[in-house]
Amino acid sequence: MDHLILRVLTKMFFAPILLFALYVQFHGDFGPGGGFQAGVIFAVAFILHALGFGLEATRRVMPPRALLFGMVIGLLFYTGTGAAMMALGGNLLDYEQIAPHSTHHAGQHWGIFLVEFGVGLCVASTMLMIFYHFAGREPEIDSEDW
Amino acid sequence: MTLAAQLPALPVIVPLVAAPFTLLFKPGRAPWAWASLISWIIFAACAAIVAHVANAGVVSYHLGGWPPPIGIEYRIDLANALVLALVSGVAAVVFPFAYQSVKAEIDERQSPYFYGAMLICLTGLLGVTITGDAFNVFVFLEIASLSSYALVAMGARRDRRALTAAFNYLVMGTIGATFFVIGLGLLYQATGTLNMADLHDRLVGQDNRMVEAGFAFIMIGIGLKLAMFPMHLWLPNAYAYAPSAVSAFIAATSTKVAVYVLIRFFFTVFGLDFPFLHVAFAWTLLPVGVIGMFFASIVAVFQEDVKRMLAYSSVAQIGYMLLGVSFGTQEGLAAALVHLVNHGLMKGALFMAAACVFFRLGDHRCRAYEGLARRMPFTTWAFIISGLSLVGVPGTVGFISKWYLIEASIEAHRVWAGFLVVLSSLLAVVYVGRIIELMVLRPPPKDGPLAGEIREAPLSMIIPMWALVAANVYFGFRTGLTAGLADQAAAALMSSAGGG
Repeated sequence: MDHLILRVLTKMFFAPILLFALYVQFHGDFGPGGGFQAGVIFAVAFILHALGFGLEATRRVMPPRALLFGMVIGLLFYTGTGAAMMALGGNLLDYEQIAPHSTHHAGQHWGIFLVEFGVGLCVASTMLMIFYHFAGREPEIDSEDW
Repeated sequence: MTLAAQLPALPVIVPLVAAPFTLLFKPGRAPWAWASLISWIIFAACAAIVAHVANAGVVSYHLGGWPPPIGIEYRIDLANALVLALVSGVAAVVFPFAYQSVKAEIDERQSPYFYGAMLICLTGLLGVTITGDAFNVFVFLEIASLSSYALVAMGARRDRRALTAAFNYLVMGTIGATFFVIGLGLLYQATGTLNMADLHDRLVGQDNRMVEAGFAFIMIGIGLKLAMFPMHLWLPNAYAYAPSAVSAFIAATSTKVAVYVLIRFFFTVFGLDFPFLHVAFAWTLLPVGVIGMFFASIVAVFQEDVKRMLAYSSVAQIGYMLLGVSFGTQEGLAAALVHLVNHGLMKGALFMAAACVFFRLGDHRCRAYEGLARRMPFTTWAFIISGLSLVGVPGTVGFISKWYLIEASIEAHRVWAGFLVVLSSLLAVVYVGRIIELMVLRPPPKDGPLAGEIREAPLSMIIPMWALVAANVYFGFRTGLTAGLADQAAAALMSSAGGG
């Protein structure tokens, strides 16, 4: 079997990388980190998988169609969080509305938490989509694809 | 909280939230219908904002409930209300128009991305216009620019030169944005604030190298974005090779928004007390405007490609606006603002006519226009009327702009500038007249790829195009809404700038 060590190591690292991404994601509001970095790290796990097992295998694990939904839902999550505040009776991005009676601005916390979740999802999907497009590029582009 | 109180947020948040939805639709009709619906909603919101601002004065909207200058403020006075109305109005006309044209020019599989990018571009342009925060301007300017690079590049299916045009546009646009943000950085260093009104207060009395350098960086950065004369080289190719609907949308809005940003920075942020501003007016803006008027018009006369000709004409028209601004008077500012709106209306209509011709004949070079009056009479007359408006014939909006500009040059004791405006309008007669002669007096080609039976463009293109042509004529007679508002906006800007 080819590249045995690489593949075993990839398998070993895959889950810890995802876990670390989630740590960066959810710890982002207390320390360094946040949605963007977490999204990149999350995507790195899949890129490592693609390097070890080939692009086709990764595409089966994470189909491009799902990534498209990830991008859209992530983007909607973070614009939607801001816009939802208008429905709750505040201005755009006014996260106080989530917990208006909180004494320690819990609304701001939850607002940024939701936004960061959207950012993380969107960035992870977009990173992987960009990787798919670069890695899967045809040597010569078919004229139908213009 | 009522809808009215949230009105200022709608032009930015609605297209931004709507844009990703286009990617979920089935390629083809659905993304188009969705984008058109959104463009109408935005237009209604912007119209309501204009009405509100005209009645009740300046509107200030605090994002996230954080008061300015700490938080980001959307601040709408008459000047940006006018530009909002123009941008959303053009969008409301071009989006419905785009369907047939895009179907012919862009791979159907790409249509969700196309309309998504159009909506994001609209978000950016409206955001630049509406915001009262200087750094926010940069962010929205980049949103608008990045999506327009992608939109221009989508013309590559019909003509691969769109790729180099888009790349050029990207490089120049990015340099412009970089210069702009360097300038903002210097101002931030000098004042410690980014809110425009607050910047103005803190810049009073500051006349040092750092502020002057910031001013210069901002002027050059925005100058690149608005295709100020020697920095216009990205524009003709980008407009010529972009998909037709994109040309119509971008030509009518994006450089106009950049001109608005320039005016906003000159008058609201720096103000007339800033001595360097007058140096820039007299030694940069005035010569650049005048040279641009003539140089670009003369180049336009010799263009073989109608879209390129219109693009060069846009550069010349930017020259008129810069000339108006450079007088530094209320009349000059009003002339610049009214021409900004009017030029959006006429260039939009002209590029839409070019889109109709390209739709039927697949060519936007001059020879496609031979004998067009007999083949596509509605398109021809739309082109002729908006072309005459470009020249400045009485009864059209172009006349109002030229009239204001000439009046402003007399008021500013620069009568020669008024003569130059008339003289360069004569050049417009030449380049517009050349196409009109081809369309009306020449017979259609007998043989070759352009011969044969050609039908009029479909109704879904004719109706929006004529709506814009009608606006050209309507606002040529009823000037209250354009020139009247521009007058008041100029007066308000001048008083905020600390001038007369």
